[in-house]
Amino acid sequence: MSSLGLYRPGTSLAHRLPAGLKLLVLLAAGVGSVFVDRPWQVAAALVVVGLGYVVAGLSLGVLLRQARPLAWVLLLVGAFHVVVNGWERAVVVTGVILVLVLLAGLVTLTSRTSDLVDALVRVLGPLRRFGVDPARIGLLLALGIRSVFVVAQFAQEVRDAQRARGLTASPRAYAVPLIIRSLRHADELGEALVARGADD
Amino acid sequence: MIEVSGVTHVYGEGTQARTVLQDVDVQLPERRVAVVGANGSGKSTFARLVNGLVLPTRGTVTVDGLDTRKDGRAVRRTVGFCFTNPDAQIVMPTVREDIAFGLRRRRDLSKAEVAARVDEVLRRFELADHADHPAHLLSGGQKQLLALASVLVTEPSVLVLDEPTTLLDLRNTHRVAGFVQSLDQQVVLVTHDLDLVDSFDRVLVFDEGRLVHDGRPSEAVAHYRALMR
Ligand SMILES: Nc1ncnc2c1ncn2[C@@H]1O[C@H](COP(=O)(O)OP(=O)(O)O)[C@@H](O)[C@H]1O
Ligand SMILES: [Mg+2]
Repeated sequence: MSSLGLYRPGTSLAHRLPAGLKLLVLLAAGVGSVFVDRPWQVAAALVVVGLGYVVAGLSLGVLLRQARPLAWVLLLVGAFHVVVNGWERAVVVTGVILVLVLLAGLVTLTSRTSDLVDALVRVLGPLRRFGVDPARIGLLLALGIRSVFVVAQFAQEVRDAQRARGLTASPRAYAVPLIIRSLRHADELGEALVARGADD
Repeated sequence: MIEVSGVTHVYGEGTQARTVLQDVDVQLPERRVAVVGANGSGKSTFARLVNGLVLPTRGTVTVDGLDTRKDGRAVRRTVGFCFTNPDAQIVMPTVREDIAFGLRRRRDLSKAEVAARVDEVLRRFELADHADHPAHLLSGGQKQLLALASVLVTEPSVLVLDEPTTLLDLRNTHRVAGFVQSLDQQVVLVTHDLDLVDSFDRVLVFDEGRLVHDGRPSEAVAHYRALMR
């Protein structure tokens, strides 16, 4: 959990590229993925993203850890497509998801969250005229990233507490305390944001 | 100066209504004010009244003449607040970003000035080595120091701390207490750790929503101990 997609300081080309450009590449990849329909295209994209990790000086282990949380989703989606649409489609769909997740991981690993937020706020600037507050959306993005780690930490603690009491893995005994802690955290966070002047 | 005048606070309405502070009247010009009392005695509510997170049901609270009801934002800029659980108040993913958060709207500071201030606070709180680390990887003590650093970077003139050491071990309690001691700001500290209040100018003792004692640490602590018996 600790190595999931958070900025790792560095000076590589991938680190030095402007955050806005990296976000744009990610967006373009997302849009472009719709047109991918051959396994070789997916393979090529995987190679390119893999090279990106090499350029950024990130190890294979880091790359794999970006994908690991998704393993079950990929397996389910893949199985579904093998049954319904055949293996080629299965490879393409799971491959595209994998490529996009790895690319997103590469972007967040090589960019400070604050730079990403600033870039997003600039991009969203024109929406101000429609009553959208770009700074608020940027803050939401940063909070979202931070909250992933806080909730992951809760999950770990809940699991440990259950093991300590010798409880076997029951989904409900796991989910209920996790949800309660997360909701309480959301409450406290809201208060802290007001205290820290987020509504200024 | 903090002025709490005729304050009664009630949570909820109708049959759910619960009075948690009753007729509290107090003026706090001292630099070091501690607040002690049993669980549920109203300490946190009192602390939250000071920075306007909670508005009094009756009565008024002012800080340097600013009314928490009318000038909420100005009050919150004047009064920094530190919670018990640092995880709840760290809002950005990395240490440096969280410290910079409070300065993000400061148009009077250039980017370089903001960076310099953040670096200075990082050094002062011994977090420089962790500047670009994810906040969730810090130890509990470091997290509480980060929370403190992130509040102090905005240079509030009053700092309210609600049981900042309750989740910490003895060593980190001493560290956090040391930093609190070194502050130039006026400090209002809610705590269960009676050792911390020794050096304070004034100690308020709350019991079931009432301010039952108000004085020097030794008498106040004696009063509190007698209450808890
Ligand atoms: N937001 C709230 N809504 C309803 N009741 C509350 C709320 N916050 C605190 N209380 C209740 O008010 C009483 C005083 O709480 P608090 O000020 O947190 O005391 P302390 O910090 O001394 O433990 C407690 O009984 C608590 O359950
Ligand atoms: Mg409390």
